[in-house]
Amino acid sequence: MAKVVFTPNIQRHVLCPQMDAAGKTVREVLANVFSENPQARGYVLDDQSGLRKHITIFVDGMMIRDRERLADAVNDTSTIYVFQALSGG
Amino acid sequence: MSDTLHVSTRKGLFTVSRKAGQWGITAVDFLGDNVTLTLSDRRDGASYAALDHGHFGVKLHRSKGNGWQEIATPTYPPKPEGYEEKDMWGRPINWTTARIWALAAGGTDEPGVIWCGTLPGGLFRSENGGDSWEMVRSLWDHPKRKQWMGGGADLPGIHSICVDPRNSKRVWVGVSTGGIWFTEDAGASWTLRGEGMRAEYAPPEQAHDPIAQDVHCLVQCPLAPHRMWVQHHNGIFVSDNEGKTFREITGVEPSTFGFAVVVHPREPDTAWFVPEIKDEKRIPREGKLVVTCTRDSGKNFAALSKGLPQTHAYDVVYRHALALDERGDRLAFGSTTGGLWVSEDQGDSWACVTHTLPPIYAVRFR
Repeated sequence: MAKVVFTPNIQRHVLCPQMDAAGKTVREVLANVFSENPQARGYVLDDQSGLRKHITIFVDGMMIRDRERLADAVNDTSTIYVFQALSGG
Repeated sequence: MSDTLHVSTRKGLFTVSRKAGQWGITAVDFLGDNVTLTLSDRRDGASYAALDHGHFGVKLHRSKGNGWQEIATPTYPPKPEGYEEKDMWGRPINWTTARIWALAAGGTDEPGVIWCGTLPGGLFRSENGGDSWEMVRSLWDHPKRKQWMGGGADLPGIHSICVDPRNSKRVWVGVSTGGIWFTEDAGASWTLRGEGMRAEYAPPEQAHDPIAQDVHCLVQCPLAPHRMWVQHHNGIFVSDNEGKTFREITGVEPSTFGFAVVVHPREPDTAWFVPEIKDEKRIPREGKLVVTCTRDSGKNFAALSKGLPQTHAYDVVYRHALALDERGDRLAFGSTTGGLWVSEDQGDSWACVTHTLPPIYAVRFR
């Protein structure tokens, strides 16, 4: 399972502990995370289920490219970081 | 008479209370966070606070007197597959709540009903005090909605909601930029109102088109609901027929430009405004902060300045940052430079509560 790590800054609003989740794409992995922690979903994804404008996600050190469908591939040993983008100020 | 204010700021929600004749800050919530608007629902005592967490999006919280709890945020429906909608610059409009710009309680006959206006233009209704929300699709899907444009913000939005005190199925909403929209069937269908308003920023053939009007703030007199006041991008307009037609008020010193307006709850001819130099500068004229007041439906205005700074004041008062209490005696306003003033005599004199708050977005009596 992939390891998912959230920015410390989100913890002030909604607790998002590091967790392992299954999935072959970022969307599948996050869907499993949010099924355990539904409140966190709206902090990371917008109303159309795309990545919020000023959130970034890295998979094994690479920033994901598909911000709408989150189709970037993930494997069982991947580490996913959910960060704030600097663009958000 | 209300002794408490909610002051929404860029860095938190400040509760300001009157004790022993003095107004002062008595509580701070969400310190460090961007609080954009509050609503106090007099039907059940609940308070609502809208927050914009930037990276993490817009959120809504509710307090029933036992602390703030996050509740559901109005959420846009999924955009149909392949459907493209673009803004005035040709950029795709994301169907997602970008700001909560209006919160209004429903009628006394419909406890729990809350209306919410948002950017990029969605109107939402809750029947359970914000536990869940439903978008008013009849307005979002109205073909003319696509003619709405950004005003002060890049995206269009609903900033004013007036629920008819005689019949809560009748609701008016003000749009920047998109005019005034009216429903008499609780949102099932909508018509455009606002003949008589004038848009200097539009080509001559569109200047009087009701949908081209940049309404900054729309208010309705509770005891005389036929009377509506508008602070518009081009000045002050007043209606005697529930917003069907408006007449322009001109010749007001120091200016008719501004964002906010409040109307007395029982005296429809009495309204207050906070003027700025129009419209590229948006600062008080000559650095003198004043509130203008008419008591005769716009024939005459007084510029009220006692207790307000009269040198080098560059305070701008946003559309939700001027408030009047339920009895119509106490006024309060807050500014972009963190000044907060209260009047207990309908604006004849003002006391500065503080001038060191973060930028103030909204002031509401609780």
